[in-house]
Amino acid sequence: MEMIRARELVYEYEQRDDEGNVVGMNRALDEVGLDVRQGQFVAILGHNGSGKSTLAKHMNAILVPSGGTMWVNGRDTRDSGELVNVRRSAGMVFQNPDNQIIGTVVEEDVGFGPENLGVPTGEIWRRVEDGLRAVGMIEYRAHSPNKLSGGQKQRVAIAGVLAMEPECIVLDEPTAMLDPVGRKEVLRTVQELRKRKNVTVILITHYMEEAIDADAIYVMEGGRVVMQGTPREIFGRVDELKRYRLDVPQVTMLAEELRRRGLDVPCGILRREELVEAICRLS
Amino acid sequence: MSIKLEHVNYVYGAGTAYEKQALRDVSLEIPQGQFVGIIGHTGSGKSTLIQHLNGLVKADSGAVYFNRENIYVDGYDMKGLRGQVGLVFQYPEYQLFEEDVLSDVCFGPKNQGLPKEECEKRAREALELVGFPEKYYHQSPFELSGGQKRRAAIAGVLAMKPKVLVLDEPTAGLDPAGRDDILDQVKYLHDQTGMTVVLVSHSMEDVARYVQRIIVMNKGEKMLDGTPKEVFAHYKELEAVGLAAPQVTYVMHDLKARGIRVETMVTTVEEAAAEILRVLKA
Repeated sequence: MEMIRARELVYEYEQRDDEGNVVGMNRALDEVGLDVRQGQFVAILGHNGSGKSTLAKHMNAILVPSGGTMWVNGRDTRDSGELVNVRRSAGMVFQNPDNQIIGTVVEEDVGFGPENLGVPTGEIWRRVEDGLRAVGMIEYRAHSPNKLSGGQKQRVAIAGVLAMEPECIVLDEPTAMLDPVGRKEVLRTVQELRKRKNVTVILITHYMEEAIDADAIYVMEGGRVVMQGTPREIFGRVDELKRYRLDVPQVTMLAEELRRRGLDVPCGILRREELVEAICRLS
Repeated sequence: MSIKLEHVNYVYGAGTAYEKQALRDVSLEIPQGQFVGIIGHTGSGKSTLIQHLNGLVKADSGAVYFNRENIYVDGYDMKGLRGQVGLVFQYPEYQLFEEDVLSDVCFGPKNQGLPKEECEKRAREALELVGFPEKYYHQSPFELSGGQKRRAAIAGVLAMKPKVLVLDEPTAGLDPAGRDDILDQVKYLHDQTGMTVVLVSHSMEDVARYVQRIIVMNKGEKMLDGTPKEVFAHYKELEAVGLAAPQVTYVMHDLKARGIRVETMVTTVEEAAAEILRVLKA
């Protein structure tokens, strides 16, 4: 089952001068194709301004295509009659946790989404509890969100999305403002959800390490998809990634540096254990 | 032009339910010209600490000395201090507001009461120092890319010709090349001008690559203070407080555990590669 499918997706917006007159068109997405199956973990990489967030906003119809088509769980996002269903299917988590938490108590915040969808009260409480359990924040249910750490706030934001029971979660740089442990917390939470609930995960990130467990990586540049493949395929192409202002995980970089200096380690190493194994074989 | 903190304590919301000791007995000295990194998890006191460096926040007890002068004595020139210790906040691009980039960068020196020509001269110098392309000088700051906005914001502080530049997570939200560009530029500034640089960061890899000294904050206290090698040798303690060592440091520890006799005090890719080759070829 295809969860997210895009064909020749184009998004254009008008460029205006100071007086508000249209002076040209900007093409933020240029014939993008994307296929994400139910339960997959897909990472989208690309430099600032490459079109990643614009693409993400098409996944729950915050933006609709100027050309081509985006289907979410089989529904065309341009069909306004399907808007609620599209938003139910795909939940979004953004970069700054402080901008997406509105409740004064954690459980109230998590319940806001389902309440808005008209879910009956008893059912809301069940979902709030499930959502908070899934992200490991149940013991904070009665706390004030503003006393939480960044990683905890992001987990509450994820619980809020989960409470709407989406089939797919789109995370747009969810860890950009977090410390290393906060980053780990959020990623671990997302991975567990995938395993336990078969939720589809789309992760947009500037941290290459966060993409190594993805089923597929898409690299964007100038509104187009310019690279597509498994993490091993993508991170094996160091020079190309650098051209797109990206990078590889530090472990991959070290493996590459050792290869460059004549050591026989395999291409596309992603994990610490793999590199350690490869070096041990040589000694 | 050293900065010295002596037994600094600072409490937020004293007497309320939200009372929190943000800094606890912090003493440290940053000599002129040092490139210092400050790390610590969210809420560890990093931001409160740097706001003490230019007197933006006043300690409840203890003293802060700039160039051996106590900044808390009556009549101390605070405005002058803020020109000498320039603070670049997180997401500084949200503080851009002028019509074009050049006027925005002029704002600081203009506020210091400098004549218009001097302001513009300094603005141009500052923009050049951060590698901001001249063709965008008269563009609205809001039309720039993320990385360029951030350069413009940093230039705005540099135009005041500070002796100390304090940057609070200058690379948050930037793509990998944008991160390297900004940090390379900051390093270049440091090397060219001999300016003191204090860098607050969540990226252990970045800190390891650029700074001479790391101060680790935890629960408002100074937990560790030393060279990157010294500090990252304590990786287990760092993990316990929400931090980590660079990935390559872990690789070295793993190798050692597997019986390969590498030196583990390694914090960058280059060092790690050299050390692995040294041991394998021996």
